[in-house]
Amino acid sequence: MKKLLLATAAMALCASAASAEDVKMGVLLGFTGPLESLAPAMAAGAEMAMKEVSDSGKLLDGDTVTPVRGDSTCVDAAAATAAGETLVTSDGVKGILGAMCSGATTAVLQNVALPNGMVMISPSATSPALSTVEDNGLFFRTAPSDARQGEVMADEILEKGLKSVAVTYTNNDYGKGLADSFQKAYEAKGGKVTISAAHEDGKGDYSAEVGALASAGGDALVIAGYIDQGGSGILRGALDTGAFDTFVFPDGMVSQTLQDNFGSEINGSFGQLPDSEGQGMDTYLTMAKDAGFDGTSAYSGASYDGAALMLLAMQAAGSTDPNVYKDKIMEIANGPGEKIYPGDLAKGLELLKEGKPIDYEGATAVNLVGSGEAAGTFREIEIKDDKIETVKYR
Amino acid sequence: MDVINALVAITNYVIIPATAYGAQLALGALGVTLVYSILRFSNFAQGDTMAFGTGVVILITWGFQAMGISFGPLPTALLALPFGIVITAALLLGTDRVVYRYYRVTRASPVVMVMVSVGVMFVMNALTRFLIGVDQINFDDGARFVINARQWREMTGLSEPLTLRSTQLITVITALIVMVALFWFLNRTRTGKSMRAFSDNEDLALLSGIDPQRVVTVTWIITGALATIAGTLYGLDKSFKAFTYFQILLPIFASAVVGGIGSPVGAVVGGFIISFSEVGLTYAWKKVATYLIPGWEPEGLVQLLSTDYKYAVSFTILILVLIFRPTGLFRGKVV
Repeated sequence: MKKLLLATAAMALCASAASAEDVKMGVLLGFTGPLESLAPAMAAGAEMAMKEVSDSGKLLDGDTVTPVRGDSTCVDAAAATAAGETLVTSDGVKGILGAMCSGATTAVLQNVALPNGMVMISPSATSPALSTVEDNGLFFRTAPSDARQGEVMADEILEKGLKSVAVTYTNNDYGKGLADSFQKAYEAKGGKVTISAAHEDGKGDYSAEVGALASAGGDALVIAGYIDQGGSGILRGALDTGAFDTFVFPDGMVSQTLQDNFGSEINGSFGQLPDSEGQGMDTYLTMAKDAGFDGTSAYSGASYDGAALMLLAMQAAGSTDPNVYKDKIMEIANGPGEKIYPGDLAKGLELLKEGKPIDYEGATAVNLVGSGEAAGTFREIEIKDDKIETVKYR
Repeated sequence: MDVINALVAITNYVIIPATAYGAQLALGALGVTLVYSILRFSNFAQGDTMAFGTGVVILITWGFQAMGISFGPLPTALLALPFGIVITAALLLGTDRVVYRYYRVTRASPVVMVMVSVGVMFVMNALTRFLIGVDQINFDDGARFVINARQWREMTGLSEPLTLRSTQLITVITALIVMVALFWFLNRTRTGKSMRAFSDNEDLALLSGIDPQRVVTVTWIITGALATIAGTLYGLDKSFKAFTYFQILLPIFASAVVGGIGSPVGAVVGGFIISFSEVGLTYAWKKVATYLIPGWEPEGLVQLLSTDYKYAVSFTILILVLIFRPTGLFRGKVV
């Protein structure tokens, strides 16, 4: 009996060694277009995870992983769909990391991933609309939805005891989405939004906008805009007319420019931005540095995590079939089990092979909520002594 | 107390910004009106002349700052202004020599001249961006406030803030000085009178021995000065961005037309009409209403138009005036 088992095991080993295959993974990012400067570091992050898994030789039957790049652009849904279609049908990828922008992601998901049953993990699409889109359990994202930032911001404001605020947002999908989700969250928790007014970027004069905001009043002004654009003009106008003393800054406003230009005038104002800290991020940054790219670039860590999640899920499911391993992604991301950080992928693969559970933390402390999107950690900041100071992570 | 608070709110959010903005528009409209009455075409390049002039002033301001020259509590840009005017005037004279003179000599119709000025506008626009870039530039380096919100609250104990920025005061004072000087020049000096004569009747002026080239030259120099001053004041008060001057071309033309194009007094009055309409119609009167009518807090914002429609206000006024009173308030002329 013992001999038989041994022989079976040996045969299985031989068989599996013989069946080691090359798993292709799509990296579908906006290599051209308005966010092309972010794409290289994101792709490098994703490919680093794939290489790590491939080099370990521990994936399934010693499978190797080969990344295949596709250009999702950012604004051209047709081009993104075509690139996604190519990855799936002619390259035969087993999973797609992407796409990059919310619009392109929606297009690829509906036109390519759903019909072909392909798993997609977007590291950077933040539109709240993607939370409710029909996805057959195939779509995930390692970036937090803007709806989440709205909630975090609402909590933060209420904790400071501010019961009514005025909101101004830059007139595009980002600004509108964030302002709406914030208003919903804030009002559900008992706050009052006195006005939610759009502002156009690139104007010289924002005194009329500031006048309307001031007339509506409120304990603070939420500026869901861009610091290099209209957000700056609104802030300057509001400060100059004494309309508001306290401001709330979402991610588009928190930057060095804010501190340099306004630091001394906005003490006591606060804000938040998606950001990660801790062991995972530190390790990731070191690894990125060794690999020769900038890991601090936005969504780079999330790309690594997206790729790693798919590969670990394959291992857990024992299959590279997207329709099989898609069910394992949430389990791996949320634990329980041993925590896996960047650089530990080999260990993760091994544990999974032994049938032990893991909790993938990765670079961005991955924790998927709802229909499979990152809960996201946000860095809460406050302006103290003319400087942006980190208060805490939440 | 509530009445005073209401007045303070109106002053802070309507009267002060609209006065400063009106002064900037008035200076721009004066330039348009002068070119229209003497050179007989609508100069679409006025906005970008302002941008160019301001760009030059900013470059010189940076030079001064690098040399450690400052103007005390006043912005250094005011020191740089004369140099900016010289360079802008030189550019305008050069443009006239290369472009406009040909069409003037061939007696091209006004509409052709307008198209020519549109071409000049694009070139100047590109030139400005090439010179100083497209980024937002703040070059105001003097004292920021005459009265700031905190001082005001401590001084009066009112809940409504009132602020007066130094750039707003500088704008109004400079505009006043420039307007007085211009009206004195047009009405009292020989050159000014010859310009008015040229404007009233070109042939008669030529017969009476007025040198047309001299009139044209002086007109361009004054236009350059007005554009540079208006642009710099706008940039100081708000912020400089190469293409925002193209956007204020519409309010500037509306100002000139409302007052009566060709009439300098009309340009000034028109500037203030447009600025007060723009700011007043898009202001949310909720706060003021709450102060004035006790026991009533309006649900909405009591805002006639969203601030997005600011330029639509000047456009509507422009259309209405052109339909019902094309000569404007002060009986300007229509070619």
